[in-house]
Amino acid sequence: MLRYALLRILGAIPTLLLVIAIAFLMVRAAPGGPFDDERVLPPEIEANIARAYHLDESLPRQFVRYLAGLLRGDLGPSYRYRDYNVSDLIGDALPVTVQLGLLAIALALVVGIAAGLTAALRKNSFIDRLVTGLAMTGISVPVFVVAPLMVLLFAVYLDWLPASWTGGSGVSRLVMPVVALALPQIAYIARLTRASMIDVMSSDFIRTARAQGLGTRSIVRYHALKPAMLPLLSYLGPAIAAILTGSVVVEEVFGIPGVGQFFIRGALNRDYTLVLGIVIFYATLVILLNLVVDLLYGILDPRIRDR
Amino acid sequence: MNPRFTLFDRLVWPRLLLMACIAVLFAACGRTDDVGTISVLNRGLGAEPESLDFHKARTIQAGDVQRDIGEGLMGYTATGELVLAAAQGYQMSDDGLEYTFALHPDGRWSNGERVTAHDFVYSFRRLVDPDTAAFYAEQSLGTVVNATDIIAGRKQPGELGVEAIDDLRLRITLSYPVPYFLALLTHPSTFPVHRASVLEHGDAHARPGNLVSNGAYRLVDWQVGSHIDIERNEYYRMNAETDIDRVRHHVTPEDSVELNRYRAGELDITANVPAESFERMRRERPDELRVSPYLAVYFYGFNMTRAPFSDNTKLRQALSMAIDRETITENVVGRGETPAYSWVPPGIHNYEPRRFLYADLPIQERHQKARELYREAGYGDDNPLHVEIRYNTADVHRRIVLAVQSMWRDVLGVEVTPINEEQQVLLENVRMRQVTQVFRMSWTGDYNDAHTFLSIMESDNPSNLTGYSNPEYDGLMARAAAQTDPALRQVYLEEAEKLLLADTPVIPIYFFVNKNMVSPRVRGWGDNVLNYHYSQHLSLTDSD
Repeated sequence: MLRYALLRILGAIPTLLLVIAIAFLMVRAAPGGPFDDERVLPPEIEANIARAYHLDESLPRQFVRYLAGLLRGDLGPSYRYRDYNVSDLIGDALPVTVQLGLLAIALALVVGIAAGLTAALRKNSFIDRLVTGLAMTGISVPVFVVAPLMVLLFAVYLDWLPASWTGGSGVSRLVMPVVALALPQIAYIARLTRASMIDVMSSDFIRTARAQGLGTRSIVRYHALKPAMLPLLSYLGPAIAAILTGSVVVEEVFGIPGVGQFFIRGALNRDYTLVLGIVIFYATLVILLNLVVDLLYGILDPRIRDR
Repeated sequence: MNPRFTLFDRLVWPRLLLMACIAVLFAACGRTDDVGTISVLNRGLGAEPESLDFHKARTIQAGDVQRDIGEGLMGYTATGELVLAAAQGYQMSDDGLEYTFALHPDGRWSNGERVTAHDFVYSFRRLVDPDTAAFYAEQSLGTVVNATDIIAGRKQPGELGVEAIDDLRLRITLSYPVPYFLALLTHPSTFPVHRASVLEHGDAHARPGNLVSNGAYRLVDWQVGSHIDIERNEYYRMNAETDIDRVRHHVTPEDSVELNRYRAGELDITANVPAESFERMRRERPDELRVSPYLAVYFYGFNMTRAPFSDNTKLRQALSMAIDRETITENVVGRGETPAYSWVPPGIHNYEPRRFLYADLPIQERHQKARELYREAGYGDDNPLHVEIRYNTADVHRRIVLAVQSMWRDVLGVEVTPINEEQQVLLENVRMRQVTQVFRMSWTGDYNDAHTFLSIMESDNPSNLTGYSNPEYDGLMARAAAQTDPALRQVYLEEAEKLLLADTPVIPIYFFVNKNMVSPRVRGWGDNVLNYHYSQHLSLTDSD
């Protein structure tokens, strides 16, 4: 398995290079540059800035310079936040995003799986309809609607929780962002679990188990749960990558110093290096998590492992 | 059972997960912000400042923080009067070319060292040094002897017309008289930087822990995306008069989110008030809502280098006349903005803005006149003008363009195609002057002088986005620049504006207003056209 993992990681390097090259070209193909503003700069100053950031060099040369920096672990200076390097920006913001993301995933897994299982085992009951309905709502109502409503209700009117990251401390300031991040995930996970559990429960080996006289409890626990979790596992890889790269909406509503803001702002500001840094970070995360998911698949499903 | 699967079967995972959650929660608990009994002001800042390096920043938000942590030779009072700051006096030579500043002998950096004239010399040279790549080099010091040559790399920074006569006396020599030069010295790009810190930390010198500055506050913390913390500078020469111990500038890019945080009691001051809540705030919290004139104009510009607008003054005038600015300010924007019939906003020192000649005509007569001009310009019902208006993505811009579209159609029969573009795309298109016909833009004054608005319509000004070029206008501006008599200078500037309005390369639509929510516990807030509110001028009625 170790050999397999190593091969996969080696195989990811060309993929990553391709992603970097495409992102590098795309961000530069977008009209406008990082230093454009309503206040147009005098040409001499524009030239000075271009020189300071090597924007006066040819594109291939800039790309090689960037790759060389990357080999040294240097993601370059941010073009927008001129006091910072991209590595500093991402590094400072990452702990907050990871903390929120892990909590949100944990919450989503616990609530989502529980709700999905309950619904699947009581198919077509009132509880099933309730869970399916709520999940549908959770998926369709966007975070930028839910999050400000939560702030209005719990911070402005009820005054139970702080309205923002800096308005409180400890657990209190985590509650709303974590719930806001988890809500759509809970909905997805509940639906996935329900569908996959219903599927598994109607398969032949479960009927055999029933015929052997096993109770529902044991069937679910020892026979159905594992195969039912496989689709969820495939979903979790990219989902965790997405959550760990932050949510610009949640971060903006609660004023959280996380990574998500850089995704959108970097692109809008044409902060070339910041966009590339985030793309590399995200791509690496997706590749790694997909590898982890594949390895877990092997552990969970003997059919795959044997191949 | 296969023993390899016990990890899953015994439901250890949920327990592990739970433990992980608890661990993360505990980690969170460790980071409480204990502020004790010192007084803390929470200010909404708006968007994230891009830098706190005095030479590398350019946004309004960066300036708001920089005015708290640094101090230039000149400054402003709470109500916007120009006053001495790091300088305790100055002398100007009779020809207006030489300024000699005497620094406060008790000026101190936040590390306790003395602020000397040599610090200013070093900072001014760094500002114009091409290697610094400062945005504001030309605007702030471009009129100092040799500055433009240094910026262009033709001379060395050491040749700048700035010298330290001794530790406390600084001489600045200008290439030509600049009546608003003192106002330029209030800009953060002219604040001194601490030489030793810059040499030690380079590009990172303006980060928390590295930044040494000379203002009423010093930088303590900066969490990108969240807040900037500053604390009383114990060494500041007027520290005894600073009331608030600590200020947190919160990054609040969304004004509706900002208002929620204000209503939840987390902010004492907001940077803005969202349009949709403006009326409600005016009704419910009239004493907390502060609205006052601001030095900024919202306008539509014509591409003056291409047909149909390059050589058709009457067409431009007709389009300008057909816009009912009152309807736009009252019903479309609705946040207390004032209709713009001049290019220079009201409230500027030593200046009386000129107005469009039709400004006082009743609306029906105005429309009549607009139709006449439209016909004389060569258009009519059977030959209507087709025009594109480009604007950047924002709800307010979209609503205004729809209003203008219907006004131009109803009054003149013009067919308008609104084109929505991302900000950077719009800027690029406007600058290229290829596809653009009419574009929306705004301009914010940098100092309290009509020059900050009128200069950007000069032929060779890089911020002249329309491509307007009138030698007569340039001549009037040059004569104003050479004039040392303020009254005569005012005459030239006003004449220039009159000419500009007649030529109509731009359609001023409205003047912005400052809109802030200010908590009743904040004292010392003064309305001013630049919307500068130094934290050192504010105080709190209670402390928490």
